Amino acid sequence: MNDIRLETRGLSRHFGALVAVNAVDFKLGAGARHALIGPNGAGKTTFINLLTGVLAPTGGRVLLSGRDISGKAQAERVKLGIARTFQINRLFRGLSVLENVCIGMAERAGVAPAMVHPVGKRTDVIAEAMQLLATLKLEDIARHRVSELAYGRQRLVELAITIGLRPQVLLLDEPAAGVPSAESHIILDAIERLPADIAVLIIEHDMDVVFRFAKRVTVMVGGAVFAEGTPREIEADPRVRAIYLGQTGQREVHA
Amino acid sequence: MTAITARSEPEIVAASLDHPAALALINRHRWRWWETLPWLAAIAFYFAFPDYLGFGTELLITILFALSLDLALGYAGIITLGHAAFFGTGAYTVGLLAFHGIWTEPITSLLIAAAVAGAVGLLSGFVLLRTRGLTLLMLTICTMALLEQAANMAHEYTGGFDGLPSLPIAAVFGYFEFNPLYPNTQFLYTLGVVLVCFLFLRTLIYSPFGQSLTGIRENVLRMHAVGSPVKRRLIICYAISAAIAGIAGALWAQTNEYVNLSVLSLDRAATVLIILILGGYGRLYGAFLGAVAYLALEHFLARIYPTAWQLGLGLLLVAIALFARNGILGLVDGLWRRLRPRRAAR
Amino acid sequence: MGFAADFAGIFLGGVAAGTVLFIVSVGLSVTMGLMGFVNLAHGAFAMFGGYLIVLAMNRAHFGFAAALALGFVATAALSALLERFFYRRLYRAGELDQVLFTIGLIFIFMAATIIVVGPESQTLQLPPQLEGQLNLGLVEYRTYSIFLIVVGLIIALGIWLVFERTRIGAQIRATVDNRNMAESLGINVDRLFTITFAFGSGMAGLGGGLGAEFLGLDPQYALKYLVYFLIAVSVGGLGSVLGVYYASLLLGVLDFALKLYLPKGGTIFIYALAILILLWRPQGLFGGKVT
Repeated sequence: MNDIRLETRGLSRHFGALVAVNAVDFKLGAGARHALIGPNGAGKTTFINLLTGVLAPTGGRVLLSGRDISGKAQAERVKLGIARTFQINRLFRGLSVLENVCIGMAERAGVAPAMVHPVGKRTDVIAEAMQLLATLKLEDIARHRVSELAYGRQRLVELAITIGLRPQVLLLDEPAAGVPSAESHIILDAIERLPADIAVLIIEHDMDVVFRFAKRVTVMVGGAVFAEGTPREIEADPRVRAIYLGQTGQREVHA
Repeated sequence: MTAITARSEPEIVAASLDHPAALALINRHRWRWWETLPWLAAIAFYFAFPDYLGFGTELLITILFALSLDLALGYAGIITLGHAAFFGTGAYTVGLLAFHGIWTEPITSLLIAAAVAGAVGLLSGFVLLRTRGLTLLMLTICTMALLEQAANMAHEYTGGFDGLPSLPIAAVFGYFEFNPLYPNTQFLYTLGVVLVCFLFLRTLIYSPFGQSLTGIRENVLRMHAVGSPVKRRLIICYAISAAIAGIAGALWAQTNEYVNLSVLSLDRAATVLIILILGGYGRLYGAFLGAVAYLALEHFLARIYPTAWQLGLGLLLVAIALFARNGILGLVDGLWRRLRPRRAAR
Repeated sequence: MGFAADFAGIFLGGVAAGTVLFIVSVGLSVTMGLMGFVNLAHGAFAMFGGYLIVLAMNRAHFGFAAALALGFVATAALSALLERFFYRRLYRAGELDQVLFTIGLIFIFMAATIIVVGPESQTLQLPPQLEGQLNLGLVEYRTYSIFLIVVGLIIALGIWLVFERTRIGAQIRATVDNRNMAESLGINVDRLFTITFAFGSGMAGLGGGLGAEFLGLDPQYALKYLVYFLIAVSVGGLGSVLGVYYASLLLGVLDFALKLYLPKGGTIFIYALAILILLWRPQGLFGGKVT
C-alpha cells in the first residue's frame, strides 16, 4: 500500500451547528479493499459525498493521487478517476441496460461530445460495454429497459455503469442494500472480481460482507473516525461492540 | 474468477457485437422505409393541392419550429415557454436586413439568421440554464417578452406593432422568384431547407452528443456522476435549438415577405409547445404529427367556429395532460405494445 | 407643486393597480409554494370571479358587498371541485403536464366566457359611496383607488396574521417546508391543499372583480396578465405573502409609469428587472430555499 490513491486531511463538513463529518484523516491505497461501517447518521454517506464532490467541505482537503481536488466539481473528479455508486439507484430508467453502460463509457472515452457520427459507429464502446455486461451476467437482459428489471438486477446495472468508468478509486455506498438475499451474491461476486489495482471503499452494514471482502475496516461514529483495523480487530474491539446496543458478539451490525 | 477487464481480440469483439442488444444500438440510426413517407407526402402535396401551397409552407415552417423545440424540450428536458424568442430573432434578422436594403439573398440570410439566433441562444442559455423549474420557465418567458418589447421600442427600425411589410427577398439561386400569389417557390424552398435541417437534427440525435442529452433528461444526477459536463452540453443544445428556431423564423419572414411583433409573442411560443406535446415530444416525428394535426384542425375549425375551436383545444389539452402525456405517438406506441408485447427497449 | 402632484398621482395609481395584482396573485403564491404546482389557470379563476361579481351587480342587482362575497365563494367552490377531481391527479406529474393542463383550462374558461356572456368587455358599477374623489392634502385622488389600497393592505396583513398566528397557518408553513414531515405529524395534507387552493382562487376571483377597472374584464383576461401574475409570484418568492405584496406593488407602479411615459416598449424594463432579480435570487426576493 505504498501508492496512496485517495487521501483526506482533516476533512470536515458542517451544516450550521451540526458537525456531520469531523476532521477525518483517511488513506486509501492502490489495491485497497476497505470497509466503512458505523451507525446510521454517523456521516458515512456525507463522507462519500465529500470525496466525490457532491458536497463541498467546510474544512480540510481531499487528495486524489496526491492532487488536491477539494474544490473540484463532481464531474471533474470522475474524469480524474474517482467514481461511486449510490445507495439508491440512479439509473436511466427509460433506456436499455446496454445504453446505460454505454453513456458512461462514452463520457470516459471522450466520445460523448461527438455530433456527426452515430453512436452505432462506435463499436469499440459498444463491444466493451457488452463484455462488461457479460462478466456481470447481465448480457441476457442487455436490451431490456431498466425500469422493467428486478431491483437486484438494477443494483447490478448501477455497479456496471460505475465499473465501466474504469476508475482508480471506487466508492460503493451499500451496494447490496435492498437486494433480496437470493440475488445479492451476484453483486458480491462482482465486487470480488474487480481489478486488483483499483482502490475500493465500501459502506456496509452486513458484517458477513465486511469479513468476506475487506482487508481493513474503519468505524465512523458521529462524523469522526472511531476505530480502524483489520476486520478481526474491529470485531473484537469492546468499544466498537458498545457502540452497537445489544451486541452479543453477533456478526450482523444493526444500525 | 477472472477480473473484469476489456479484451480487444477481434473474435471476442465481434462475438460481443453479435448480441441483439448491441445490434439494436449499432443499427438504431439506420433509415427505416417509413421515414421517407413524410417527404414523399410533401412532394405529393405539391402536385395534388396547388391551391394550398401557402398552408403547406406554413405547415413546414411549423414543423421545423417544433423540431427545434423538441431538441431542447424532448431531448434535453429544458422546459421553455419562450422559444419564440429565437423564432422572432431569426425573423427580424431577415426582416431588418431585407427591409433596410442591406441584404436580400435568401439562403445566406438564413445562415445569418441562424447565427444571430444561435448567438442569442448561447448567451441566454449560459445565463439562464443555471436555474431550474419555475425560475427557468419564468426566465424564458421574460427573455422573450424583453425581446418583444425591444422590438416594440425600436419601432423606427422594426415597424413596431405594424411590422415591416413587403420585404424584398431576392430570387433563390438568382432564378426562382417568390411570388405571393403563387407560392410554388416558397413551398419548395421551404421544403428543401426543412429537409436539410431535419437531416442535421436527426444526425445529432443519433450521435453520442444526442445520447448524452437523453441521459441528461433521464437522470441528470447520474450524468454528473459519470463525468458529463452537463451545463456545457445543455448550453450547446440550447444554442443549436435556438439556431434552428431562428431558421424557422427566417423562413417565415421570407415566405410571408413580412415580419411583425407576433413572431416574438407568448401566443406563438405556447402554440408550438402545444403542437409538440400533441404529437409526442422526444421522438423526432412527434413534431410532424402534432403540426399536421393542429394546423389542419385549426385551418378547418378556427375559421368557422373560433370559439368552439378554442373550447375543443382546451378540452384536448386537458385530456392529453390527464391521459395521454406522450401525445399521438405515445398513444400509437401504447397500442403497438399492446398488440406485440416485447420486453426490449426502444 | 405640479410635478409632486403628478408623481403622487402616478404613484397612487400604480399602487392601486399593484394592489389588484396582489389580491389576485397572493393565492397563486401560496398554492405554488405549498403544492409546487404550476397553475397557469390562476388568471382564469380571477376572470371567472370577476365576471360573476360584475354580472351579479349589473344584471342581478346585487349590492357591492354581496357581489364580492358571491364572487369569492363561487370561485372558491369551483376551484375546490377542480382541485379535488383534476388537479390532484397531476401533483406527481412533471411540470410539463401541469403547464399543459392549466393552459387547457385557460382555453376552456375563455371559450366558455365568450359562449355564455359574449366577447364584450364588462365594466364594474361602483357603489355611490366609492365614487368620486378624496382629498389627501397633497393631491385629490379617486376614492376607489384609496379604497383598493386600503383593502389590499388589510388583506395582506390578514393573510400574514393567519400564516404566523393561527394553527392552520402553521400547518401550511410546515407543509411548505417539509411535506413528508408534516404528514407524519398528522396533518391532513390533502385537505390542506384543497382549502388553501380554494381560498387562493377565491381571492383571485375577488381581485378579478375589484380590479375590473384597472385590469379590465374581457374573455382575454385569463391570458393578458398571466405573465404579470407569474412575475409577481416568482420575483416575490413562492409562499411569501410579503414577497408577493412588495413585488405586486413594484410591478404595478412600474407598469403604470412606463406605459405612461414610454408607451412603446417601456415595459422592457420590467422584464429586464425581473430577469436580473431572478438570476440574483432564483428563489425570489423573500422566497425560502430553492426547491
